[in-house]
Parts: sequence; structure tokens; C-alpha cells
Amino acid sequence: MSEISILAIFGVFLQIGATSFGGGVVAYLRSALVTKKKWLTDTEFLELMSLSNTLPGLNATNMAILAGQRLRGTPGAVAAMIGMCLPALILMTAAGFAYGAEGSRPLVTAMLRGVAAAATGLIAATWYQIGKKTVKGFYEAFFILAAILGINYFKLSVPIVLLSVGAVSIFAFRPRKPGDHRKEEHAWIRSLQ
Amino acid sequence: MDQIPAIAGVFAYLSLLTIGGGMAAFPEMKVLVIETHRWLTYPQLIHIYSVGQMSPGPNMMMVATIGERVAGIPGALVAAFAFFVPTGILTLAVGGLWKRLEQWPWRASIQKGLAPVAIGLAVAGLITFGRTAVTGWVTVAVALIVFAGAMRTRLNPALLILGGALVGAVALR
Repeated sequence: MSEISILAIFGVFLQIGATSFGGGVVAYLRSALVTKKKWLTDTEFLELMSLSNTLPGLNATNMAILAGQRLRGTPGAVAAMIGMCLPALILMTAAGFAYGAEGSRPLVTAMLRGVAAAATGLIAATWYQIGKKTVKGFYEAFFILAAILGINYFKLSVPIVLLSVGAVSIFAFRPRKPGDHRKEEHAWIRSLQ
Repeated sequence: MDQIPAIAGVFAYLSLLTIGGGMAAFPEMKVLVIETHRWLTYPQLIHIYSVGQMSPGPNMMMVATIGERVAGIPGALVAAFAFFVPTGILTLAVGGLWKRLEQWPWRASIQKGLAPVAIGLAVAGLITFGRTAVTGWVTVAVALIVFAGAMRTRLNPALLILGGALVGAVALR
């Protein structure tokens, strides 16, 4: 593969950053990077996706960084990250102005209440779909529930739940038998799609 | 302007909690933005967060909206920088390392172990969010219809959210 230019990377991510309305950035990324540009194979993409989910940070930006890094090292990652963030930064800063000017217009407040209810339904659908693929046995269901109860019932803070439930969960999924970990990991990543 | 250091601190901290996505950090964001710093009222936070879901690119760029409300354009830039750059550097560092850890048995364990925790934190955040966003039969109906629409159709989710705005304009005044 001939080297991909930094400008080309910036261009692709800027386009995704400007057009991926409505959340599903991952689908836009997959279509651009795997299907159209063929910069990554599907397996590479899924591997980066799995790592992106494991790290703090959003999928949109983590994937921009990981894919940019895979393509052209650190400069590629920086170009992808800036491209991905720039349109939203401008838009959402402008939204701050607009929101300030809105004051107490009842129509805008009513619309925003509708938007909030719709966002709740949308986010619920996203996580329901992810959850359905992830839960393969008792442990997954148990740790999902443990995190929910930790926050909503026991009122623990997010970092405490993340560190405690996270540590126990990683231990529960500890490596057990010798063998080809790489192959096993692959099979697991594929099963999430 | 005197809020700038607090903005940087709050959003850099929140970004570290966004395992699996922005919703995981919502309960903590609620505490810091509403109770600790009193930058917004709770309904305002819910509104801004929801509008952020419609934005292209990273759906948590709504931190810039909060920054703008608190300290103008410098506030917006600081909030975005604090929220995206430190975790970005972490991702860059781990991304380089991860490839070299291919045969490390715990690599798969970390991914498998954190996957359910990320889901749990997101659902917990959503419950916190929904308790305020979904009250009364109109908002319940909107949330359910959008849920069904997102599950069963391939409509762009932004359209579903705009539909919610329309219903709100008609039925929630």
C-alpha cells in the first residue's frame, strides 16, 4: 500500500466529523475506512473497535486516533482527531450562544423536552443492542447488573464502580488455559458484531 | 473567566470515566456541573446533553456548549481540550503498546472484563438521565416510539430526535 497522505486522512475524518449526524459514528467510520477507502481490513477495524471500547474516551475520537495511528503514526492520529472534532466543536459552541439567547421561550423548552425524551429512547436502543451481543453467560449479566446497582441503588461514584467492578470482572475473565489467546480473542471480537 | 481552571479540571476528570461512551460519565457530570459548580440547572444539562446527541462527530462535544455557557468561547475551547486531549494521548500511547501485547493472555481478559462494566455504567447513566427526561405520558410515548424506531428501522437517528422535538413543540407546551 502506498503511503496515505496526512491531508487525505484529515479530509476523510473531517467529512465524517461533519456528516455523521445522529450518533452512529462507528458505522460511518467502517463504511469510509473499510468499504470505500480500503485503508483497513474489517478484522483490523474490529480489533481497533474493541480496544477503543476498553479505553476511556468516546468511540468517535478513540477510533479516529487508533485508525490514524495505524495509517500514519502519531501525525496521522492527530490529523484524524482534529478532523473528527472540528465540525462538532464549532456547532456545539454555536449551540451555547443559541441556548443563551433562547432565554425562557416556552416553545424552545418544549422542543428540548421532546428531544431529551427521544434521546433517552435512542440511547436505550443502542445499549440494548450492544448488551444483547455481549451477554453470553452469567458473568456478563452479573457485572452489568453490579455496575447499575452500584450507581443507581448504592449511589457509589462512577470511578469507584469502574475500578472495583472492573477489577473483579477482569479477574473473572482471567486467562485460564494455555493455548492460542490471539485466536480466542479474535473469535470473541467477531462474535460482538 | 475565573471558572476556566475549574472547567479544565472537571472535564478532564469526566473524560477519564467515559469507558464505552459518554453516558458512563453522566451521573458524575450531574454532580459536578449541577451541585458542585452550579454552572447549569438540571433541566439545562439534560437539554444540552440531548442536543449533543444530534451533533455529527463525537456526541460529547456538548461539553463545549457547557464551557461556552460558563465562560464564553475560551470556556468552550478549554472544556473541549480538557475532555478530548488527555484521553486522546492515553489512547495514542495504549494504541502503540497494544499491538506489541498480542500474545499477552490478559489482553483478552481486560477487553472481555470491561465490556459488561461499560454497558452497566452506560445503563446506569441512562437511568439517571431518564428519570428527569422521561416524566409524564408524552415523554414516555416519545421515548418508546424512538426506541422501537431505532430497533426496527434504519432511519437516521437524528431524524428520530427531530421527531421528538416536533412532538414536544406540539404536546409539551
